[in-house]
Amino acid sequence: MHNLTIAEISRKLQAKEFSSEEITRYFLDRIKQQDPTYNSYVTVTEELAMAQAKAADARLAAGNAPTMCGVPFAHKDIFCTNGVKTTCGSKMLDNFVPPYNATVVENYINEGAVMLGKTNMDEFAMGSSNETSYFGPVKNPWDTNCVPGGSSGGSAAAVAARMAPGATATDTGGSIRQPAALCGITGIKPTYGRVSRWGMIAFASSLDQAGVMARSAEDAAIMLNVMAGYDNKDSTCIDEPVPDYTANLGDSLEGVTIGVPKEYFEEGLNPGTEARVQDAIKQYETAGAKLKSISLPHSHLAVPAYYVIAPAECSANLSRFDGVRYGHRCDDPKDLMDLYKRSRGEGFGEEVKRRILVGTYCLSAGYYDAYYGKSQQVRRLIKQDFVDAFKEVDVIMGPTAPSPAFAFGSKGDDPVAMYLEDIYTIATNLAGLPGMSVPCGLVDNKPVGLQLIGNFFAESKLLNLAHQFQLATDFHTLAPSSLA
Amino acid sequence: MNPSDIEKLAHLARLEISAETIEQTAKSITEVLALVDQLSSVNTDGVVPMAHPLDAVQRLRADDINETNQRDAFQQIAPATEDGLYLVPKVID
Repeated sequence: MHNLTIAEISRKLQAKEFSSEEITRYFLDRIKQQDPTYNSYVTVTEELAMAQAKAADARLAAGNAPTMCGVPFAHKDIFCTNGVKTTCGSKMLDNFVPPYNATVVENYINEGAVMLGKTNMDEFAMGSSNETSYFGPVKNPWDTNCVPGGSSGGSAAAVAARMAPGATATDTGGSIRQPAALCGITGIKPTYGRVSRWGMIAFASSLDQAGVMARSAEDAAIMLNVMAGYDNKDSTCIDEPVPDYTANLGDSLEGVTIGVPKEYFEEGLNPGTEARVQDAIKQYETAGAKLKSISLPHSHLAVPAYYVIAPAECSANLSRFDGVRYGHRCDDPKDLMDLYKRSRGEGFGEEVKRRILVGTYCLSAGYYDAYYGKSQQVRRLIKQDFVDAFKEVDVIMGPTAPSPAFAFGSKGDDPVAMYLEDIYTIATNLAGLPGMSVPCGLVDNKPVGLQLIGNFFAESKLLNLAHQFQLATDFHTLAPSSLA
Repeated sequence: MNPSDIEKLAHLARLEISAETIEQTAKSITEVLALVDQLSSVNTDGVVPMAHPLDAVQRLRADDINETNQRDAFQQIAPATEDGLYLVPKVID
């Protein structure tokens, strides 16, 4: 049962081939058996899941239940869940039980989907390897000596190890696409504002975007249908009509123009990764798409611009964690300043502290224009590169990550080496564009991801292109040998 | 960045940085700032800073009360409260 996709589970639930209680129990048992190896869940919500499954079965029996009714899945532990601990991978929130649901969570509840639990993640979504979680690193199901990618590494590993058929995730600089690539699954980050951020613990508000991870583009489309849409509670959410993302999956590739940026195939790209990605792009050409070489001339500035903007926004967003209203508080504070400093010093891990300090520096008097103002100008140049490119092409393709999954500790104490892990993904966050990663082969028996970047609100096109690739290839069906 | 710069920044950010990690923190932040210094090489004269990817403007809502009072629910998760107030160390003598 664990190899069934969301689409298959949904069909079988609707056809009464098994009940939601049966499939939910199966996945809960599988988590108990498998997750001690991978550490992909922070919290497993067994009782709640079984209650939701029972309610879903009643809706299914009554008829006209929605597509994901009764389907088990997992939420990244960044989404607030009423009555269920929400840690964001941090000691700071180890005791935090929100009294409300994020809008995304509420949408899945209304759909009747079944939450298996909350998945592990880099602390406050800061990381590219899942080594910064207070709850310990997540292991890559393809090679447990290697990272699953970050920050949605728990969601990625849970889906890759067949401990959930799909999971929610978030992407601030590549945190859906990079772990999807490293774990051999499918992930999509929609256009900025396409999905509500209300109740999603904020890291960098102008970049954060919720999305999904699943085993196929079809499943990602089903999950995105539940999440996407306007939310009055999030003032950055965009009021645009939401299409049915499953409706155009079958569209032909004939006449589609694919832009291939030369900057995405330069020094630093693993040769094996490059070969798999080039093969995948050729596959599209064989199926009728046209290729066009393009340039994104400011793409080399994406990482530096990001590491001003994201820390600046994080230093502001994380000021709310002060030990007063919720979260960790130090013992016996001698005065208010001591309470603030020690609560935050004890509650935050090293990477979070580093980014808060960088952000504080970049926003401080005398440095604001040189760092923050400059970065926002560079950000516009990066976006303009994409706007110009999309006048000539329908989609942009390239690698998702510069190499397959790397070993734990291999980036050591070098934050810059770790930051370059997101070199191909960050620019889309700065520009606000949708991006996707689909498996396109193996290197040294570890997965490689093909990245698809679309124009604003072109999620349907990305899902269509990914689905057509998956109809013609079997990379997305490959599983780690330990799970066979 | 040297350790005294980090101490000053940490105070501004209301963060305690342990004496054992301050050297390493100074080193790593210096590396990050060297990375972002690449930005100074690009000419951005006349470029309008980008505040929102879709150039959207802040949406305003009607000035109506639409939230219910959930003080009890929110204070249940607070480290220390009394009589509906959050408790912190004494700040006024």
